[in-house]
Formats: sequence, C-alpha cells, structure tokens
Amino acid sequence: MVTLFGVFLLTLLVITAIGIVRAQHLFVAVMLTGIFSLQMAAVFFILDAADVALTEAAVGAGVATVLLLGALALTEDREKPAKRRAWIPIVVVSVTTLMVIYATFDQPRLGDAEAPVHQHVAPWYLEETPRLIDIPNVVTAILASFRGYDTLGELFVIFTAGIGVLFLLANPSERGTLTLSQSAEATGLRHHLVPRVVGRLIVPFILLFGLYVQFHGDYGPGGGFQAGALISAGFILYALVEGETMALRALSFRLLGGMIAGGALLFVAVGIAGIVLGGNFLDYSVLAADPVAGQHLGIMLVEVAVGITVTGVLLTIFHSFAAREQRS
Amino acid sequence: MELVLDFASWVLLLTGGAFVFIGGIGALRMPDFYTRMHAASLTDTLGTILVLLGIILQAGVSLAAVKLAAIMVFLLLTCPTAAYALANAARLARLAPERRVRDE
Repeated sequence: MVTLFGVFLLTLLVITAIGIVRAQHLFVAVMLTGIFSLQMAAVFFILDAADVALTEAAVGAGVATVLLLGALALTEDREKPAKRRAWIPIVVVSVTTLMVIYATFDQPRLGDAEAPVHQHVAPWYLEETPRLIDIPNVVTAILASFRGYDTLGELFVIFTAGIGVLFLLANPSERGTLTLSQSAEATGLRHHLVPRVVGRLIVPFILLFGLYVQFHGDYGPGGGFQAGALISAGFILYALVEGETMALRALSFRLLGGMIAGGALLFVAVGIAGIVLGGNFLDYSVLAADPVAGQHLGIMLVEVAVGITVTGVLLTIFHSFAAREQRS
Repeated sequence: MELVLDFASWVLLLTGGAFVFIGGIGALRMPDFYTRMHAASLTDTLGTILVLLGIILQAGVSLAAVKLAAIMVFLLLTCPTAAYALANAARLARLAPERRVRDE
C-alpha cells in the first residue's frame, strides 16, 4: 500500500516538474513549485523522515512560495521566449540523468538492513543516544549535538544568504523613511474584513505552534529550522493582513538584523562556553554538573539560536522584497 | 459498537472522498472562474469535515483525535477565507462572470 502510494506521489512529482519547466506564465510556475514541495514533503513523510517533511512543508511550500511571489512582483510575469534550442543544457541533463539511473543499479533496496548507511555510525547513534543525551528524538540529538559542527555550518549558510539579500536589495539610506512615511492604512488587506478578521485570529496560534515545534523538537519532529519558518510565516501573514508598516512596527529592520547576528553568535557562544568550561568546541556535557543535563541545555540553546536566525533571515528577505515593491 | 463506529467512519470517509472527487471534476469542467471556484470550495469545507470526522472516529478518544479536530477547525477557518480572498481578487481585477447562453 505504501509502495503504491509512493509510486503515485513520485509520478505526480514528475508531472509537476514537467509542468514547471513548460509553464510560460511565471506565476503558474511559482504555484507549481509550491505544489512540488508539498508532494516532496509527503514523499519524505512516507520514508519516515518526519523532521525533513516538516521543514520541506514549512520552508519549501510556505515561505519560499511567498518569497518567489515577492520576487515576481519586481519582474515581469511572463517568461522571455527562447531564441534557439539550448542544445548544450539538453545534452548535459540527458547525460546526468543516464548516470544517475546507472548509479541506482548499485543502490541497496529501501529499508535493507545490510545497506552501508545502516552499518556505519547509525547503530552507534541509536544505541548511545539514550545513555549520552537521553532525548527520544534521535534526529535532534544528531543534528544539535553529535553533528553540531555541521549544523553550525548550515546556520552560517543561512546567515550568509540573509546578508547577501540585504546587500543586494535593501537600501540603507531609504530604509528609515520607508518604515513610517507611507500611511500604514494604505497597504495590506485592511479594507477586506473577512481575511483581516480570520488572519488576526490565526496569527497568535501560528506563533504558538511555532514555539511548540521549537521546544518540542527534543521529543518529536521539529526544531529550530522548522520553528523559524513557521514563526516567520506567522509574521508574513500579519504583514499581508495588516500591512508592511504594522509588521515592521512589531519587528523592525534593526531588530531583525540583530536576530540574524544574535542567533549565530549565540550558537558560537555555546560552543565557546564548552571550551571555557574545559571541554571541546560544541561539547555540551560540561555546561552543567550532570553531562546529560548539560546536553539538554546545550541542545535547547542551540535550537533557539537556529530558530532566531532563521526567523530573522526569512523575514528580512520578505521585507526587502516587499519594500522594493513599494518604492518602485 | 466497534462495528458501528467502523461503519460510520467508512460512510463518512467515502462520502467525503466523493465530495472531493466531485469538486475536482467541477474545478476542471465548469465554464468560468467563479463557478470553478465554487466547485473547488466544496472540497475545502464539506470534503474536509467528512474525511476528518471519519479519521477521528478511527482514532477513538485519544490525543490524535484532538489534533485532528484542531486541524479541522484550522482548515474550516482558512479555506473559506482563501476562497473569499481569491474571488474578491478576481472581482477587483474586473474578471467578469461568463454570461453565455447555451444554444440548444
């Protein structure tokens, strides 16, 4: 049954991908990428990767679609007609496809206990997590503690992306005037009663759910990346309903910049605290008297750091696009 | 009791599925934007309620049932709002409903 469902979903994925490539209208293409992400999340879920599925649904289908729409508002919504057939890309893609298909012949079957991935460090993580870290969600244990260095790298990728967007889009000289010059009432959906009432009703619950995902990450699917995407989705909804100005009044550009840097700094600070207290970089065991309690504290702080930076970066990107749109 | 619950949940699931299916056909076959949206919004509300109620009956009295009920309330609030916003945007963009008289 699951196999049938998986084949069905993968077929839909291929159809959606072809649709994205063939769509002439860029708005249609953006919507199809959102649908593609949702299907991808379902695929991840039937592969038992609930954490990844949650991230894909929140970031890919939710926030990324909004950001692409924001970008689309700055350009035309029609694809430029191609002048000639792009032979080189077609050849490259065909050769890569053949190579990937050839590589799958050597791939172990899904769920094969003899597969290399199940023989390497995975059994060690599964056996030692209850003793060393004692949280039910092994994914969070690996992500935040065992492979904390990788997560630090990921966080800095997001950090760099946020800074890059700020450099490209935001104009510091106009930023101050932008926030309050236009009347707050002119933008957003303030005159539309139904979306406004429902939006106001839902925003607090989205934020609450975001916090739940943030702090429940030790016990179930969730963590800083997902929570950051959910919380910024809540604020984006607020910005759409009440207007940019109101959203910037709640979380100003200055504060968002502080969040981007602050989260990354907090992560590094937790790592350095490990060194100062006599352990290694990002070794949480020394943070408290009891090594397991120290791990819990370290994982919580690190996840909070990730959540803060992700929220800051996503909202900065959103506001940069939206501000650009208002100016032009 | 078990049998009655199972039967009720299957009836709910099947009717819900039927509504989603009809809504899908309607979204493809209806003549213009507004009637298509009308058909699609059928799946949002009635289909959602029936399918989720069916799953709640399967879940029994548990945390899962409460979560499903929360999802149902969320969808019942957001989907009609989205449908309203979409139709309103179409009206603001001056998309006129089709006024074709069928020549038979």
